[in-house]
Amino acid sequence: MSFDLSQFYQVFFEETAEHLSNMERLLLGLDITNPSMDDLNAIFRAAHSIKGGAGTFGFNDMIEITHVLETLLDQLRKQERSLTNEMVNAFLEAGDAIAMQLAGHRDSTEVDLEVVKSARATLERLSSTQVEPQREIQPEPPKTQPEPAVKPKSKKAAKTETAKPVEEAYGFFDAERADPEELGYGFFDDDPSAAIQEKEIEIDDNKAGYGFFEETPVEKSVRENSQGFGFFQEPKPVANSDPAPASATITSAPTQAATTLVAEQAHPTRRVADKTPPPPTGDSSIRVSIEKVDQLINLVGELVITQAMLTQSASELDPAVVERLQNGLSQLERNTRDIQESVMAVRMLPISFVFSRFPRVVRDMATKLNKQIELKTLGEGTELDKGLIEKIADPLTHLIRNSLDHGIEMPEKRIAAGKSPTGTITLNAFHQGGNIVIEVADDGGGLSRSRILNKAKERGMNVSDDMPDSAVWMLIYEAGFSTAEVVTDVSGRGVGMDVVKRNIAELGGRVEIDSAEGFGTRTTIRLPLTLAILDGLSVSVGGQTFIAPLGSIVESLQVNIDDLKSVSGEGHLLRVRGEYLPLISLHEVFNIKNAVTDFTKGIVVIIETERKKIALMVDELLGQHQVVIKSLESNFRKVSGISGATIMGDGKVALILDVAALSVQHTHHSN
Amino acid sequence: MANEAITASSTPAGGEFLTFTLGAEEYGMDILKVQEIRGYDAVTAIANTPAFIKGVINLRGIIVPIVDLRIKFNLGKIDYDQFTVVIILNLGSRVVGVVVDSVSDVLTLTPEQIKAAPTLSTSLDTRYIIGLGTVEQRMLILVDIEKLMTSRDMELMEEIAI
Repeated sequence: MSFDLSQFYQVFFEETAEHLSNMERLLLGLDITNPSMDDLNAIFRAAHSIKGGAGTFGFNDMIEITHVLETLLDQLRKQERSLTNEMVNAFLEAGDAIAMQLAGHRDSTEVDLEVVKSARATLERLSSTQVEPQREIQPEPPKTQPEPAVKPKSKKAAKTETAKPVEEAYGFFDAERADPEELGYGFFDDDPSAAIQEKEIEIDDNKAGYGFFEETPVEKSVRENSQGFGFFQEPKPVANSDPAPASATITSAPTQAATTLVAEQAHPTRRVADKTPPPPTGDSSIRVSIEKVDQLINLVGELVITQAMLTQSASELDPAVVERLQNGLSQLERNTRDIQESVMAVRMLPISFVFSRFPRVVRDMATKLNKQIELKTLGEGTELDKGLIEKIADPLTHLIRNSLDHGIEMPEKRIAAGKSPTGTITLNAFHQGGNIVIEVADDGGGLSRSRILNKAKERGMNVSDDMPDSAVWMLIYEAGFSTAEVVTDVSGRGVGMDVVKRNIAELGGRVEIDSAEGFGTRTTIRLPLTLAILDGLSVSVGGQTFIAPLGSIVESLQVNIDDLKSVSGEGHLLRVRGEYLPLISLHEVFNIKNAVTDFTKGIVVIIETERKKIALMVDELLGQHQVVIKSLESNFRKVSGISGATIMGDGKVALILDVAALSVQHTHHSN
Repeated sequence: MANEAITASSTPAGGEFLTFTLGAEEYGMDILKVQEIRGYDAVTAIANTPAFIKGVINLRGIIVPIVDLRIKFNLGKIDYDQFTVVIILNLGSRVVGVVVDSVSDVLTLTPEQIKAAPTLSTSLDTRYIIGLGTVEQRMLILVDIEKLMTSRDMELMEEIAI
């Protein structure tokens, strides 16, 4: 009976990535002179868990490096050595190497062996000084290596010895099992109802078969134990196997011994924590694939539509007759709204998922640039859609790099300017209205208006000296625009800011800059809360319904014939409070017949996209809705001027206007 | 069923076909590609698309494009009433609806009943015809509906997808 471990790879990858980021976060937070024991222990545990997992899956390269890492950490933990900055650097370097190896296993990407080797060499050098007992760990890596290769075999051997446990290891697929479900959950949960001892044994064996997280440390501790140094953190499985010494063939005896060793430093990992009856700080979360969540969101979207349909049909009935139906429907409406909110919340993640990577970026770059920089993060608990989280990371990195390189000055210059030599970059996230706002602020030199304008003129851009500040600042978002005198490997090519603007615009967001020369720069990003739902204004053109994103609508108005101007007999312009806006008829764009063609009879919606305003003529405004965005492309293809589709209360499909594309199309025509 | 003729790749295999009419002509398509059959209703037009792309509908929450094969092949009288039929096709990962005049029945054809189509110059390219099926006095034009719907001619997909 071969047992395929690969189905657990994904879990291992995710957990390892989590451990790595945890480790990095803790390392960056360490006080070099007086490191907290708790943190050191936590870092050690993370390293150990990675090693354990890697061992189970036979990723020997990862075991090797984590082992050396662990050795040094153990010395620190036991206070045999004191922490130095060099060590922290070495740990971070090793963390990167492990992350690279992980990526290598997961995505078959290239692993730079030199980096791994150097990280390992540094760690070895740091850990191999006079401290005697630790030296014998040094030759261990080669010893660990053959272990995983042998392990599956030995595990199987152990199972086949006692024929029953083998079956039991797969027990929860077995229909004959009295209570398969209970067993299925057995290894996450202590089963309180399992009073019969034999059953307990079964659970335990199940654990042996599947619970590689529990088993590995035990096995490992057995191995390490016999070599004279055993540290591991999971006492729980040991306790469980106690009532079943007969069936837990090889593990039982050594684990007994191991228990004594563990006692004082037992910090159960998450899964184990879940098992202890009253979970003290138990992380009661589950991993669910994103597709399942998205499917749920889609279904709820359907539910909302169906509910709206029902409400609409019921409203046509005589209220006196169907009062109870109406009451039920309004109840249904509330419930569906609650469900929708809860389901959407599943996709929401705290922004700390993005923020947490920046301390490292700042630290590394500050060292490289010889600057003193402190990173402050605020509002890390602010939640936003997972899709946004993934896409916001890149732009934020660019902004921070920009602040690091161009914003914050060198310490001498800062002192000369009467500022503290340490510059501060502040990351802040908060909700405002239906938006999420992310600010990246630095107290550096600020943007130089004259320099930007000069550069713009040099590049032959259309600028004037009396442009408002905000317009001047936006120039830095133009592709290829950089005022940096030298192009460094950090920034200066003028690509980054362009990327920022593009990515944010793709997400339906906006970027604003505030800056004061000598005092710093603040970049504000405004994003919609989610990508799945849009606040829209429905408009009708020739009997067809379109949705315009509410966020981009400035106002709507009726045209006064006097404000209507034309250029060279065609292209229409509309004067709105002294501004001339291009006037586009939606029916012309989409070739719709039976639409209102008289400008004075229709309604004009003023739409603003990326600093550009256009006036869009429609027949009439219908109302404001929250719509669930559906892709047109999944079954059809991209349609110009349309960003997606949605389903209205009456079950019909309405198209969502791509206002950015519409304004571009217009300029295209007029050019 | 004797089907020794399948060996040659050019010889179409038999199978079950859903027959439908466009004007006076009778067509057949592989029944396994059909997801469901429904009436023609509430189609949202999409601008700047060819006339045969009628628009999109909401099929239980999925946005599905609708193609009128009668317009595409210049067949029959183009009107939409309660008898107009839309065949919803499931082509791999995509769902597409086609408008036809009517749906007749499901027929099982043996390979012998299917003859290769002669090369014709019609609006329906012979590439998309599996063959001609004969059932008593009727002649069925067997369409490779998946090939047809995913072809460049139908403009249903991004250029890259072809």
